[in-house]
Amino acid sequence: MSDTTNTPSITDRVRPVKAGAPVVGVHFLGPKPVFVLGEEALLFAPDSGDIRIPVHGGAILCSASDGARIVTGGDDGRLVEVAAREPALLATDAKKRWIDQVALGPDGAVAWSAGKTAFVRPRKGDDKSVEAPSTVAGLAFAPKGFRLAIAHYNGVSLWFANAQAAPEKLEWKGSHLAVAFSPDGRFVVTAMQESTMHGWRLADGKHMRMSGYSARVRSFGWTADGAYLATSGSEQLILWPFDGKDGPMGKQPLMLAPAASRVAMVACHPRQPVIATGFNDGIVLLVRVEDGAEILVRGKGGAPVTALGWDEAGAQLAFGTDDGEAGVVSL
Amino acid sequence: MSAPATSEKASEKIPVTVLTGYLGAGKTTLLNRILSEPHGKKYAVIVNEFGEIGIDNDLVVNAEEEIFEMNNGCICCTVRGDLVRIIDGLMRRKGKFDAIIVETTGLADPAPVAQTFFMDEQVGAKTKLDAVVTVADAKWLKDRLKDAPEAKNQIAFADVILLNKTDLVTKDELADVEARIRAINPYAKLHRTERSKIAIDQVLGRNAFDLDRILEIEPEFLHAEDHDHDHHHDHDHGHDHGHAHDHHHGGGLKHYHDEDMQSVSLKTDRPLDPDKFFPWIQDLVAKDGPSILRSKGILSFKDDPERFVFQGVHMILDGDHQRPWKEGEKRQSRLVFIGRDLPQERIRSGFESCVA
Repeated sequence: MSDTTNTPSITDRVRPVKAGAPVVGVHFLGPKPVFVLGEEALLFAPDSGDIRIPVHGGAILCSASDGARIVTGGDDGRLVEVAAREPALLATDAKKRWIDQVALGPDGAVAWSAGKTAFVRPRKGDDKSVEAPSTVAGLAFAPKGFRLAIAHYNGVSLWFANAQAAPEKLEWKGSHLAVAFSPDGRFVVTAMQESTMHGWRLADGKHMRMSGYSARVRSFGWTADGAYLATSGSEQLILWPFDGKDGPMGKQPLMLAPAASRVAMVACHPRQPVIATGFNDGIVLLVRVEDGAEILVRGKGGAPVTALGWDEAGAQLAFGTDDGEAGVVSL
Repeated sequence: MSAPATSEKASEKIPVTVLTGYLGAGKTTLLNRILSEPHGKKYAVIVNEFGEIGIDNDLVVNAEEEIFEMNNGCICCTVRGDLVRIIDGLMRRKGKFDAIIVETTGLADPAPVAQTFFMDEQVGAKTKLDAVVTVADAKWLKDRLKDAPEAKNQIAFADVILLNKTDLVTKDELADVEARIRAINPYAKLHRTERSKIAIDQVLGRNAFDLDRILEIEPEFLHAEDHDHDHHHDHDHGHDHGHAHDHHHGGGLKHYHDEDMQSVSLKTDRPLDPDKFFPWIQDLVAKDGPSILRSKGILSFKDDPERFVFQGVHMILDGDHQRPWKEGEKRQSRLVFIGRDLPQERIRSGFESCVA
């Protein structure tokens, strides 16, 4: 994608949003795009004007959304929820530690972490917590049920917050950062400090090494049908096949959208096998898995793409960059 | 060491100073001094969990040092996992501070901190390592060099050394401890201080890891000797000077040989063959990386109008063409290695075989 002049383009349909601050995430509350800024506020961007909702006293370190609410963690030690426009304080860390990670469960549970401690607040009942062997670097709920994956140094802990039992350990040497379950719940994958991804098949603990990246994988996600794991970290979009029973073991990844710049962010369309792909040089593309067809959403320029997100129906895509540019496009 | 693309916005990167030193040497005093001076700058400070006294600053992050090995468990490929996370978080507040200071625990090895800036692409893209500053206790360093390998590492690794608490030792003791420091690391800038008192620009903004600043890799003790010669000069002419030179040899400095930590300095006026040099140095750091703490070099390659410079930490090498050789400038290649039990003869003969 070094030359985008002949790529079909929908750049003229993008509604630009001036975030004015680094955008570190984007979510949709229903049909409304909400940008997470690097510091202090969420930015609601309706058709005209914009509304900033202050949520933290400093940096916003993490955010998660289930479409009905956005939960953010900050360096002020606070965990904040925004459902409509009024922020609500969910928790304050007793030691004022940074809230590094947050995840939302399918049944309304919230998980967050500060240092080595992971917390879960079930929809009903008291908060639970567990100590990880090192600082928690990633959290993810299983697609069904109440199991929480906690990424840390040398592996992942799988924790049933409601059970007394100690978390089950998935071990692999090295520093594991972001973590996710596959949509069918059969696999757990992590992005590592080195430029690789690691995975486990939960049924038998079998390892999957996914390597060959030119940089740390900072963004990944499954296609709607669960057939592919789309990943950043290379000068092309890397898709690992997960449709077989062995996952990507012994298979080559699909490589689409070869580019001059590195893929920084990916966001899979919630219904179709299409992946929004953001690059370090500011380009945003829609890439179709079937044939690798590309549509240009945003041209080259400025800082890396740092946020990408779809609304629930897949009718709108929003993006943001490290230098405060943002936009929304309806498809 | 392939020539990396020179970073486009290097000047916009936030400089990071690493403050090391054995327990009680005066790190926290120095830190508070830096923060309280009226310099108009704002610092984000990452302090270790065993910090001795309070730090008065808006942006203080408490870190628990987490040393993470990379894939193969190689000691040279360790990073500070907590720094990766904290710097990523701090950079969301870019614009709120001018520089970052990382205070390590007294027992810390500076290498994983330094390596973090070269191993993590995201950290390296937004920040740059400025210098490793080591505070040493003039009274107790000598003992620590004997019984604490961490203390020796911190001296060997340093770009700037504050020899602190000089008021608690005699002149002779001071000269002795300086000589012991020089035996380990003749290249660091050494300052004698009391209560960590020093001009801030001697500690911050040093650009010690900046390839463009690798201009001089002369051992600092040569300057020190020059300095002493001046004193001799004074002494010869003004007979009333009471400088205690009589215990010293030659130029006025004691010379020690440290048993396990040394530096190796190499130079040649003959141009090097890049096709020999790069395989040699890559092989050297691959094999001896664990014992090589720091390396630096200015190189003159055959038929190459530009100076090539490099610097390294253990196995990680960072190098690039720096600028054209100037007219009349002596085209000399110079390399220095600081490390533990360095195979001096093998390094020397290996280097000599790289001559074109």
